[in-house]
Amino acid sequence: MTSVPSPEVLRAPLVVEFPFTRSLGPVQSAFLTGLRERTVLGVRTGDGRTLVPPVEYDPVTAEEIRDLVEVAATGTVTTWAWNHEPRRGQPLDTPFAWVLVRLDGADTALLHALDAPGPDAVRSGMRVRVRWAAERVGAITDIACFEPYEGEAAQAGTAPHTGAFDDPVTGIVAAARLDYTYAPGRAQSAYIHALSDRRTVGERCPSCRKVYVPPRGACPTCGVATAERVEVGPRGTVTTYCIVNIKAKNLDIEVPYVYAHIALDGADLALHARIAGIPYDEVRMGLRVEPVWTEGGRYPDHYRPTGEPDADYDTYKELV
Amino acid sequence: MAPHERRQVAVVAFGQSDHLRTTDELSEVEMLMPVLHEVLAATGLKTSDIGFTCSGSSDYLAGRAFSFTMALDGVGAWPPISESHVEMDGAWALYEAWVKLQTGEADTALVYSYGKSSPGSVRDVLTRQLDPYYVAPLWPDSVALAALQAQALIDAGETDEPALAGVASRSRTAAAANPHAQLKGPVAQGEYAVRPLRTGDCPPVGDGAAAVILAAGERARELCERPAWIRGIDHRIEAHGLGVRDLTDSPSTRLAAERAGVFERPVDTAELHAPFTSQEVVLRKALSLADDVAVNPSGGALAANPMMAAGLIRIGEAAARIHRGDSDRAVAHATSGPCLQQNLVAVLEGETRV
Ligand SMILES: [Zn+2]
Repeated sequence: MTSVPSPEVLRAPLVVEFPFTRSLGPVQSAFLTGLRERTVLGVRTGDGRTLVPPVEYDPVTAEEIRDLVEVAATGTVTTWAWNHEPRRGQPLDTPFAWVLVRLDGADTALLHALDAPGPDAVRSGMRVRVRWAAERVGAITDIACFEPYEGEAAQAGTAPHTGAFDDPVTGIVAAARLDYTYAPGRAQSAYIHALSDRRTVGERCPSCRKVYVPPRGACPTCGVATAERVEVGPRGTVTTYCIVNIKAKNLDIEVPYVYAHIALDGADLALHARIAGIPYDEVRMGLRVEPVWTEGGRYPDHYRPTGEPDADYDTYKELV
Repeated sequence: MAPHERRQVAVVAFGQSDHLRTTDELSEVEMLMPVLHEVLAATGLKTSDIGFTCSGSSDYLAGRAFSFTMALDGVGAWPPISESHVEMDGAWALYEAWVKLQTGEADTALVYSYGKSSPGSVRDVLTRQLDPYYVAPLWPDSVALAALQAQALIDAGETDEPALAGVASRSRTAAAANPHAQLKGPVAQGEYAVRPLRTGDCPPVGDGAAAVILAAGERARELCERPAWIRGIDHRIEAHGLGVRDLTDSPSTRLAAERAGVFERPVDTAELHAPFTSQEVVLRKALSLADDVAVNPSGGALAANPMMAAGLIRIGEAAARIHRGDSDRAVAHATSGPCLQQNLVAVLEGETRV
């Protein structure tokens, strides 16, 4: 077995973004629409407690709860933490305190940010009030943050509220972005490195002797590490294929085209790639193909017929 | 199910990787495989001998959908195996495997979990597990939420900054004897990360993996000289709204411990999954730990906190102490979610030595 030293570790930025569209139930809809209208709503539990922010089910009894009440936009900090280095997406981009605030009339606390000059200006028990965002859309960020407030409660107790507003918000878009630096690991790095030399390498399982392309570092059949690097191809055999008739967004390949599984010579697993250089309706199982690189390409653009006679079915039937 | 109706199930092998800040040169499965092979070698089992396989990991750490399927290559997922996955810490995968063994459908189980935090920013990634309507849009990171809990404890007079520093120091000093730990020996408390928590109050961010093998009844005795019998195991959850909870207490841990039988007799060892120093204060109270209990002799999550594996490692470390004869009755705890939201508690015992 030849164990090959690891080539330089590959890294690439990977950005995952997702704008989840979420629908709201009646309680959440009323709460978020209320914020748009500068009205803070809570929900009353069976035992008479007022939850702010409101939820649809009692966290203790799991009973459905719907009785909305209006609470004040003033409240008391129940605990806090000083955040001297705000991170992307957080409510304020200057140092601020994270706070849990029990609004006047509520029995539970809401998480948000408190705009304060420094940690010495913050303490549990301090009085605060909502600072509304200039533009409000029906989201928790309609509360821009809290700010210190020395006055009385803006309103005493709670008042029943129908939760009815004109043009209620029925959903939110929860946008999220996470940034990663992707590193593909030893086996896949070797594969990608070899491709840049226009070579295709796999790895052989020490136990079952199968050659995996692309290699992932393990034999999924035997559950052991694969370490013996094997050059395969460049030619191969089409084991199966499909004809694509629908044009993908942002793809400049004309339809119809053929996407195929190709067993490279020496490999025990077929990889998939596009077939070109032959009319789409003439592609067939057993067709012998070779890779075509475009100038500067880091992987084969497509595979084309070699002109050899078709492979005998028995030579690739295990790989179909 | 009453205890006498249960099958007796034990941890018979435990393995973990060296936990490192980065492991760029390894894919998840490449990081995991030596650990899998370690527990298989310890028991003499082959992957094909295993009755049930269960794993824990998270797509959000990997930045990729169905990322656990890649790791399955490491366990020989052919011919079709009886396999499951939890998008959580491996301690919950162990719970699922324990239930599977209770059904009698398997006599052995392989449980593994892994996480690479290095490719992304774990503080940002973990915000995605929060309530998506009211909380996640504010991007409160994991350290900030732990700091709110720490301040609540300080306000309640249950701890102070010097006491928290003491937890950090004791944990990392203990980790000096742990060859797998990421932070070993004294570490400066450092600057505030999010006040009142300093960098020393926070866990290291890193990559790692762990695996255990469970076996039922006589099979456990065949595979291990001194099996770590799981006498009880239970997990409970708190309300997801942080402002609904009393952050200075952990009723879910206490209830899980009660159901697992922790309070029936004293324990000599506690492996607690407390990534932040302040969380140890909460857990000690919830578990009513006596002063003479060895708490986190491995260094705990303050010494190495590979996401999705650190809870399973607590069970593994407790079991390994029983295997070695350093403990007779241990409690292991795992947590998931912000501010100890979800808690799993297991009681492990070794048979009386003659
Ligand atoms: Zn193999």
